[in-house]
Amino acid sequence: MTSGTITPARTGVRAGRDGFAQLLRAEWTKFRTVRGWVIAMLVAGSVIVGLGLLPGDHGSCGQSGPASACTLPVGPGGQEVTDSFSFVHQPLAGDGSITVRVTSLTGLLPQLGNGRVSAGQGLHGGVRPGLAPWAKAGLIIKASTRPGSAYAAVLVTGSHGVRMQDDYTHDIAGQSGPVSAASPRWLRLTRSGDTITGAESADGTHWTRVGTAHLAGLPSTVQAGLFATSPQYAQPTSQSLGLAGAAGGPTQATAAFDHLTRQGAWPSQAWIGEDIGGPGNATPLQRGGFERAGGHFTVTGSGDIAPAVAGAAGLGTNITQTLVGTFAGLIVVVVVGAMFVTAEYRRGLIRTTLAASPRRGRVLAAKAVVLGVVAYLTGLVAAAVVVTGGQRILRGNGVYVHPTTTLTELRVVAGTAALLAVAAVLALAIGALVRRSATAVSAGIVVLVLPYLLAVSVLPAGAAQWLLRLTPAAAFAIQQSTPQYPQVDNVYTPVNGYFPLAPWAGFAVLCAWAALALGLAVLLFRRRDA
Amino acid sequence: MRQPPRARPANLRDALHAEWTKLRTTPGTIWLLLATIALTVAVSAAATAAITCPTLGCAVDPAKVSLTGIQLGQALVAILAVLAISGEYSTGMIRITLAAMPRRPTVLAAKAAILTGVTLAAGTIAVLASVLAGRLILPGHGFTPAHGYPLLSLGDGPVLRAAAGSVLYLALIALLSLGTATAVRDSATAIGIVLGLLYLFPIIAQVVTDPHWQRHLQQIGPMTAGLAIQATTNLHSLPIGPWAGLGVLAAWAAAALLTGGLLLRLRDA
Repeated sequence: MTSGTITPARTGVRAGRDGFAQLLRAEWTKFRTVRGWVIAMLVAGSVIVGLGLLPGDHGSCGQSGPASACTLPVGPGGQEVTDSFSFVHQPLAGDGSITVRVTSLTGLLPQLGNGRVSAGQGLHGGVRPGLAPWAKAGLIIKASTRPGSAYAAVLVTGSHGVRMQDDYTHDIAGQSGPVSAASPRWLRLTRSGDTITGAESADGTHWTRVGTAHLAGLPSTVQAGLFATSPQYAQPTSQSLGLAGAAGGPTQATAAFDHLTRQGAWPSQAWIGEDIGGPGNATPLQRGGFERAGGHFTVTGSGDIAPAVAGAAGLGTNITQTLVGTFAGLIVVVVVGAMFVTAEYRRGLIRTTLAASPRRGRVLAAKAVVLGVVAYLTGLVAAAVVVTGGQRILRGNGVYVHPTTTLTELRVVAGTAALLAVAAVLALAIGALVRRSATAVSAGIVVLVLPYLLAVSVLPAGAAQWLLRLTPAAAFAIQQSTPQYPQVDNVYTPVNGYFPLAPWAGFAVLCAWAALALGLAVLLFRRRDA
Repeated sequence: MRQPPRARPANLRDALHAEWTKLRTTPGTIWLLLATIALTVAVSAAATAAITCPTLGCAVDPAKVSLTGIQLGQALVAILAVLAISGEYSTGMIRITLAAMPRRPTVLAAKAAILTGVTLAAGTIAVLASVLAGRLILPGHGFTPAHGYPLLSLGDGPVLRAAAGSVLYLALIALLSLGTATAVRDSATAIGIVLGLLYLFPIIAQVVTDPHWQRHLQQIGPMTAGLAIQATTNLHSLPIGPWAGLGVLAAWAAAALLTGGLLLRLRDA
């Protein structure tokens, strides 16, 4: 063969016909003309909505008149709080201080048998001695006895040492170590205007400042005194089917105080013992008590002074839990994503595609863009319906749904949509890598769904958290809607809507996996024969 | 001299031989089976290594944890089973198969039998290796006779039930996948349906707070019910008993195979 006999064909077509816009149009045409894929995307959206709006849950909030409505006190920061404790108080007018010695902190925990105890069902197997880690007792200065009012407290805890806490969310650590008759703890709260200073001492003479709280707008006369409380106990249980649940119930703490001294203007001389914010149907364990014998005070209480949380130790549900349909939608999207490329191999269309636009990296990029946008829009509509409509239905059924800010709702909705989009792109990349539908679909589902399933079922908390940090399933963190507080005992599990990574960090893990897979796919796509 | 082939209708034995040849010579089969074994054992061992028994009150079923890998292994078994029929549709091989063996239920029965045999073999190796891994790893993590956990042993009735049941579970997953793939024909859709059926029930059951619904979901889900066979402790608190649970999965598999068989008989290939 001599090269002189061949003349390259010249056509009048100008270069640039494989512009990216053309490619996008070609891929969009391919997508919308396969009826199965369009139906599949509709199905994906419908299952997310369907499972979100499924009226399976019923609660008792507001079901028997307005009096039964579930409302939580709202703290000074605008967040919902738990504010129930045993309060031995008297008014303090203007500036002043109060000092006391704590000689013991003991408590009662629910006795958990082998049988299942659902959260909130209370005690079935009696009680056993023991102290909840965040059982609290000490001194408190509070704007009023209304639950949710501003406060500052210096306190001893079950196993977190001395703390200075104020306005529900702030928590400062002092000396660690438990309190006992052999090693008592002196506490002091000093009010000066809007500033309250907490101090502690081992012997009553050498004082250390624990922290300072600024309570804006504190009235001139406040309620000050002793308090004790002990939060809901929650511990994860592993049921035989491997589905982790949580067991728990109310707990109780009893603190003994002496050497009570006051400075400043205390107009009343009588100490009033009062249960603040306790439940109406309190069990004996949940009722507080106060005894005084000379200079010795014993205060018993149950409850917590802390931000309200969802899950085992809290009540109700949150919007994360209404989005469980995301898993079903994800599986559908993964199937479509993988097929979007593997179907071309099966039918031989890939050769036509590559003849029309030989720059392979751009073909894959165009596919990713089209698929991502379609999945994003599907997820956006579905998640928006669930987040707005699901809450309304649950509230109508009497289930308490933790309110979230509009910004958080927007993040959850947009994040769910982005999760679907990136998952679809990941499936597309796996499809381009392995070129076999069944393998690609399984791989996509296994890396996205199985880690979550293992994390919520068999694995212990530590291993589960690492799985949800490293695998693509980390992206479900984008759906977290209620914050996690270290000073509130709870079973913070993915099932209750708590994830080990921050929302966007978790999403970034999935993006990294998708980018890695897409990069590898482009590399192999260029090198291999189609 | 070779004898001319006898003109006799092909029977089940021929069908079995044909299916065995097809499965044996498909390049992916051996890799899928090896991957099933390797990943099942790897995930089981990793899960076992992740649990430790505190001095008191470790509410863990060690036999069950040492068989965790089945949850991943079943996905690979599902691929194998789906490809056994969908692969034929995507290459057009199904028309040759049905020309050679016009009795369609026989084709499906032969496929089911061969797949069951292969899965049982691979599953047995995977489960034995997982139990062995558990036996070696668990005592180092506090699961000692002193804490009330004897060494994992197949001589122990419940452990033997969990191990043998897990092998049967994999075989039933293969049949469920084969039936589904016969019904929908496309491999991606079939695997999506199968894995969706398996993985979605436990996730939804987790989130549903109503204990009544939760129990029902666990009773009807093919994976949640089927894996009840792995439980060796706290049997009374299970939503469904071990053998009854495996029976639920068997019902799912039977329903899928029946639907697939019926559609195979009624439709053009």
